[in-house]
Amino acid sequence: MAKPELVYVNSIKSTPERVWQALTDPAFTARYWYGTRVESDWKVGSPITFVKPQGAPDTGRVLVADRPRKLSFSWHIAWGEMSKEPDSRVTFTIEPDGDGVKLTLVHDDFIEGSKAAEALKNGWPAILAGLVKTVEAS
Amino acid sequence: MDEVFKALADPTRRELLDRLRTDNGQTLNELCARMAMSRQAVTKHLAVLENANLVATLRRGREKLHYLNPAPIGEIYDRWIGKYERTRIAALADLKRALEDKDDGEA
Repeated sequence: MAKPELVYVNSIKSTPERVWQALTDPAFTARYWYGTRVESDWKVGSPITFVKPQGAPDTGRVLVADRPRKLSFSWHIAWGEMSKEPDSRVTFTIEPDGDGVKLTLVHDDFIEGSKAAEALKNGWPAILAGLVKTVEAS
Repeated sequence: MDEVFKALADPTRRELLDRLRTDNGQTLNELCARMAMSRQAVTKHLAVLENANLVATLRRGREKLHYLNPAPIGEIYDRWIGKYERTRIAALADLKRALEDKDDGEA
């Protein structure tokens, strides 16, 4: 198995519960994920719909939902060439860290030469920076 | 933020970050193989980088993989470079790269 391609860690001055909400509440995700509403009941096995301001929604499925510690889901990007790629896997780990929270994102299970992985090298840092700002301001 | 600047002030630590930028997710052994210093010294430098959150680590079985973590540098960028200056700064950086014809722009 190839090593995970995308790993990011962000420190957030907030609580695990608040960060969990930021990841799972569509009104919240829309504020930092370029208007994307991430909709699901967040039960293991349930579908996820990534409703974007324009275009077909991305889809996924809940793999792990251990509130407020670990959230993992499969993700199929519906846009352009990337839509031909199989699902990849996103895992968020939320850990208390001092008086804040450490949020770790591991995005793996990409195919060799994945265009999605390449695009997300630019995408995730921006989305995560937005998430940190939105959570800390809320 | 002090920790980030202290971590970045050392050329060896910047070299480690460069190596991860080229090939992300390396083990300590892989990182040591190409550094002209002891394993212990590399471990120390990595600890400083990890402490400043410039390097993220991931356990993979018995191995520990090291990843370049851009978040702290992004915060510096956000803090001192205004939203409207970005395009001009990017254009100037492009120009500098084109004129110097190299990747790093290291003066």
